[in-house]
Amino acid sequence: MHKLLDNKNALGLLFMLPAGALLLVFLTYPLGLGTWLGFTDAKIGRTGEWIGLENFQFLIGDSVARLSLFNTLFYTIVASVLKFVLGLWLALLLNRSLPFKSFLRAIVLLPFIVPTALSAIAFWWIYDSQFSVVSWTLVKMGLIDRYIDFLGDPWMARASVIIANIWRGVPFVAISLLAGLQTIPPSLYEASSIDGATPWQQFWNVTLPLLTPIIAVVMTFSVLFTFTDFQLIYVLTRGGPLNATHLMATLSFQRGIPGGALGEGAALAMLMVPFLLAAILFSYFGLQRRAWQQGGSDK
Amino acid sequence: MSNIKRRDLLKAGAGIAAGAAAPMIWVKNAYAQQWNNTPEKGAKLRVLRWSRFVQGDIDQYMKNVQAFTAKYGIEVRVDSESWEDVRPKAAVAANTGAGPDIILGTYDDANLYPEKLVEVTDLCNYLGKKYGGWYPACETYLKPDGKKWIGVPLGATGSMMVYRESQIKAAGFDSFPKDTDGFLKMMKALKDKGTPGGFALGHATGDANTWCHWLVWTFGGKMVDTSNKVVLDSPETIRALEYAKELYGTFIPGTLSWLDPNNNKAFLDGQVSVTNNGISIYYAAKNSKDPKINALQSDINHANYPAGPAGVSTACHLFMNQMIFKYTKYPKAAKEFLRFMMEDEQYGAWLQAGIGYTAQPLAAYEKNPIWSVDPKHTPYRDACKQLRPAGYAGKLGYASAGVLADFIIVDMVAEAASGSKSPKEAAERAQKRAERYYKV
Repeated sequence: MHKLLDNKNALGLLFMLPAGALLLVFLTYPLGLGTWLGFTDAKIGRTGEWIGLENFQFLIGDSVARLSLFNTLFYTIVASVLKFVLGLWLALLLNRSLPFKSFLRAIVLLPFIVPTALSAIAFWWIYDSQFSVVSWTLVKMGLIDRYIDFLGDPWMARASVIIANIWRGVPFVAISLLAGLQTIPPSLYEASSIDGATPWQQFWNVTLPLLTPIIAVVMTFSVLFTFTDFQLIYVLTRGGPLNATHLMATLSFQRGIPGGALGEGAALAMLMVPFLLAAILFSYFGLQRRAWQQGGSDK
Repeated sequence: MSNIKRRDLLKAGAGIAAGAAAPMIWVKNAYAQQWNNTPEKGAKLRVLRWSRFVQGDIDQYMKNVQAFTAKYGIEVRVDSESWEDVRPKAAVAANTGAGPDIILGTYDDANLYPEKLVEVTDLCNYLGKKYGGWYPACETYLKPDGKKWIGVPLGATGSMMVYRESQIKAAGFDSFPKDTDGFLKMMKALKDKGTPGGFALGHATGDANTWCHWLVWTFGGKMVDTSNKVVLDSPETIRALEYAKELYGTFIPGTLSWLDPNNNKAFLDGQVSVTNNGISIYYAAKNSKDPKINALQSDINHANYPAGPAGVSTACHLFMNQMIFKYTKYPKAAKEFLRFMMEDEQYGAWLQAGIGYTAQPLAAYEKNPIWSVDPKHTPYRDACKQLRPAGYAGKLGYASAGVLADFIIVDMVAEAASGSKSPKEAAERAQKRAERYYKV
């Protein structure tokens, strides 16, 4: 026993055990179970039997499932791009020396801190077809003569939920990128300005390259959060109108739990995995492994 | 004002008198029925129920629970969840074999895992005989094989037409139309008057499902026939959808996005003149501290859904059940609890406290004074009696639950009504979607 504890490797293994057990119980097991369920015809209250790819074939032929895939990709791509642009812009602004700098930075984080369900309810009122404060203001100002149907028209509804998602997601991107910006040594900016670089050139040639690793991490997370979004849609539209805002996550829940088709719901959730993996791999290989980070030089 | 008050008082007095007299009516039956059940010693119960829609419901429910504990010495813990969250919780309980002893569920919950539930045939027979029999829908839901009861019906929360008397009068209608033609005419007139009605067409689990099912049924359409063959894409359904399109033209804008709370909010704000809902709008107006909303109560009235070409009263209401799970250590105590809660002394008081939000499943409770004390309550009395299960006319189970949860009927009506698809296309699409569920 004593000998074992003196052994560095054995001790390391021992120390890792609790964490390993946690991961196994709370991560690997549910994921494995979900994967397995996707290949069965399990229903609520009934264990399923292996049916191979039947669920997946069913989903591919299902127009609502296909629509939800489109919605999810559209939602993720548009929201992520806008969150990145706005987040980076906000980070650059906050990186300047402003009055009440720390106060402002704290405030920016607010949308991210508020529980999603709560902010979603606020947006639900903002988008309400009868009580929308936006419509009310515009009507009172005489700019429009009837209330805007934010969540009743398919494309309006998609735009509306995307805006709500952006509002919530920008602070995370902004604060993380701000942290990245602060790691860039000021000497690089000094050197480049002595060389006569314009602010724009500084941004392209100093800021952006040095920020890339952070961007890769932040955007990976951002894409993952957006792709798997659930609460916002569930509160705002339940996937309506006419399934125009059903994401794969909300449809998977609807089919699996209230609908009772656990197997099908799990299969739908599993269909999200390839997309998520692709997003992770893209950021990992495409953005993070720049040669200069390992001391080499870019081609 | 004082006059109205006095009349209300008189009515309430009559109600109380009737309530006191009511148990006498059943005395004869009471001793004809024997109930023998001894709860387990040291039993404790956990109950999961849907959280109240009207405050009076939970207040009286908890009083009844306390009375049970006082009488039997059995501790009962009651947890409440939003009604749509009860289904997943109950499903998890059924799957894992652990959880509350009793769950108050909705719709066809019990039909999803009948073999996980304690059979309650003895209890249901006892209650049925004592209280004038169960309504047919109760048996469809909870006695699926025609022999064994898998749960005890609690009742149904009615979804009725809720309207503003003054506004339909102004539109030229003295009473709420009884047929679909008259209804459409009234909706058109209301729109012309600038006081439109509105019905939810978003994924509103309660409000949208109830009125969209009524619409299809009242024109003679149905999801499946008695052998569970999907027959939705029919001339009857298409007529219903053509009607829906005309009707939608009279709605207040924005109903495609409406979820369950939207019509309540819009109605109480005076923005819609007609909608479908439980009695909760009236209850909210009655109990509101805001004088403007409180004043609405005299103008609000309720009516049955108008009848269409199918001729029969076809309404879809929210069915409520009570299930005892097999994993419970105290099945006898659980049965005793459900019996106690369904007896007149408790159930009658509960009906009154909720001003009939949930209508009784047993015929004898039709005489409960809550249904006569205020004529505005009366339409809700028959919610459970006239209820048609959402999987009509087939057997209930995974397919019917899946079709309902997937909003197939609601989406179909919304597509046709909004004009995003033609009635024929919408019906074909819904038929295809439903066939996938019923194929298994």
